[in-house]
Amino acid sequence: MATLELAGLAKSFGALAVLHGVDLALADGEMVVIVGASGCGKSTLLRLVAGLEEPSAGSVVLDGRDVTRLDPAARDIAMVFQNYALYPHMSVFENMAYGLRIRRLGRADIRRRVDQAARMLGIEGLLDRKPRQLSGGQRQRVAMGRAIVREPKLFLFDEPLSNLDARLRVQMRAEIRRLQRRLGVTSLYVTHDQVEAMTLGDRLVVMHEGRPAQVASPLEVFSRPANTYVAGFIGAPAMNFLPARLADAGRAAVLKAGPVIAFADGPRAGRDGRALIIGIRPEDVTVLPEGAAQGLRLAVDLVEPLGSETLLHGRLPGGAAFTVQRAGMVRVGEEMTVGFSPASLHVFEAETGRRLEPVSLAPPARVESSAAMHGSR
Amino acid sequence: MHRRIDWPAHLVLLLGVALFAFPVWLVFAGATQDAGAINRGDLSLIPDFSHLGIFLSVLLHGYGEAGGHPAWRMLMISAGMALSIAVGKIVISVLSAYAVVFFRFPFRMAAFWTIFITLMLPVEVRIIPTYAVMADFHMINSFAGLTVPLIASATATLLFRQVYLAIPDELVEAARMDGAGPIRFLFDMLIPVSAANMAALFVILFVYGWNQYLWPLLVATDPRLDTIVIGIVQLTFGGFTLTPWNTMMAMAVLAIVPPVVVVVAMQRWFVHGLAEVEK
Ligand SMILES: Nc1ncnc2c1ncn2[C@@H]1O[C@H](COP(=O)(O)OP(=O)(O)O)[C@@H](O)[C@H]1O
Ligand SMILES: [Mg+2]
Repeated sequence: MATLELAGLAKSFGALAVLHGVDLALADGEMVVIVGASGCGKSTLLRLVAGLEEPSAGSVVLDGRDVTRLDPAARDIAMVFQNYALYPHMSVFENMAYGLRIRRLGRADIRRRVDQAARMLGIEGLLDRKPRQLSGGQRQRVAMGRAIVREPKLFLFDEPLSNLDARLRVQMRAEIRRLQRRLGVTSLYVTHDQVEAMTLGDRLVVMHEGRPAQVASPLEVFSRPANTYVAGFIGAPAMNFLPARLADAGRAAVLKAGPVIAFADGPRAGRDGRALIIGIRPEDVTVLPEGAAQGLRLAVDLVEPLGSETLLHGRLPGGAAFTVQRAGMVRVGEEMTVGFSPASLHVFEAETGRRLEPVSLAPPARVESSAAMHGSR
Repeated sequence: MHRRIDWPAHLVLLLGVALFAFPVWLVFAGATQDAGAINRGDLSLIPDFSHLGIFLSVLLHGYGEAGGHPAWRMLMISAGMALSIAVGKIVISVLSAYAVVFFRFPFRMAAFWTIFITLMLPVEVRIIPTYAVMADFHMINSFAGLTVPLIASATATLLFRQVYLAIPDELVEAARMDGAGPIRFLFDMLIPVSAANMAALFVILFVYGWNQYLWPLLVATDPRLDTIVIGIVQLTFGGFTLTPWNTMMAMAVLAIVPPVVVVVAMQRWFVHGLAEVEK
């Protein structure tokens, strides 16, 4: 159990800059999830922490000790790999015991630790099997077992669930969370799956092109995304974005699609006419009765019935794509009028994509997200 | 499910077996017959079972009257040579492939290509300079002279390189995080994981070493270092009034046995190792 601090951690492969300086601090026992699209540098960040790659700049401090130049084995970190990376010629027991044997633990100690971890993971019966005799879920457990028996200061997970089928993934997700809570080991978890990220993390790091776009709690990231990238990435179906301009001395926005919307939470800074992007989540959109004075006309071109809800995709008068989520199965015509409460709006600056908070309001949570924003453009 | 027998396929297979087995049978049958009869061209396809003793006598006494020595000695020399070459080649190529694939050092690719180029220089091509080097080292007529020049192997290095390249990076990294250093990684991971490939290669290299002719002929003129292959040939050019075909054939049969034993013993590994890398 330990704290982890990354300061200005950067990595380039030749001319290709993959990470542009990541600052991050993990509290003792905290589980932080790094989420981002494929290729944004998540694995690279994890491998820098593990010591499998040398950073181009910056430092890794584990439990108050600078480990930046240390060998992976000397860092007291355990990692769970996406493809499990079990040793194919060793039994499950040997797989879990290998790291301990190298650390010259006594036989009895090794036996005890492996047995304990195996019981925790429900793989006691598999200890004599070879990896190829195991199912995907079982291999996953063994890979976790191999990390657990080491009793490390830090766990690293690199998309550990992405090779499992959907049902098993949900089950293992809950299990990893329970296990991490129970063991209380500080953890860094990488995934491209936002559901995994939302459910597992005490905090999220949303990565975008080698920079953290936002570092905050899952709820904060969802309800107050720091920029349009985060807003579009987190939440399914993705947030709708509508071009607009600031109006009425910062108290309202004029949508390109027509209507004027007064901000519910206070005025935004800037001169009238400043280009904005208004974000609205599909689940916050309501369908208004036919002939309502307010609202936007939506020409529906695709209906996706998902069982518990229905997604309606279409276009607004300005031509912007727009998605509406409605509960249950609904029948719809070709056209409808939709509206939303001004309280559910997200306001972004068009030029930078940055979130615009009301000027009078300076919520305390802003500090963290603006610190993350500092790393971004 | 009960399947119909595919007669044409079986026929072709049987023909193939006959084609390969016939010469062996001919040699076996010839060994049990009278040398004079073979010289006259009266080689019968039916072995004379009363003369099976010839195998034992060739094995234990060789062709006594011409001063040849027992086949078992030559078999030992051959086996020693083939084993040394096979094991030596595997050890050296495992190490060089390990270095080339897993370590970053200056001139790594230069080293690799140098090894690669030696593919074009088998013993037959470099036989005179190699002989000169052996002579300078006073290794003519020694067991070392017989084996050392044949040990370095570009083919085996290339094969192991391919095998090692197929090993997932994550496996290497998992071992690193578990604290395995380079030596441990070699012995605990690489060698066990590629054991099947090593066994398969061993079979091929053993047969290669066993069948060496030109180099032993040149470098080991001392009869005590005669390999079984040399022994057979000497019977042809040994200055006999009547070529002892039956003795020669008996010796040929004896010479086939050890490679066959090796192939059969390693068969399971052999097929497995050539066909796949254990994942
Ligand atoms: N060893 C490497 N050499 C060169 N480029 C690399 C290397 N490792 C990763 N990259 C590049 O860095 C980028 C980020 O990779 P990665 O961290 O694996 O992304 P993610 O895990 O988020 O999908 C990719 O564009 C990838 O091609
Ligand atoms: Mg990755």
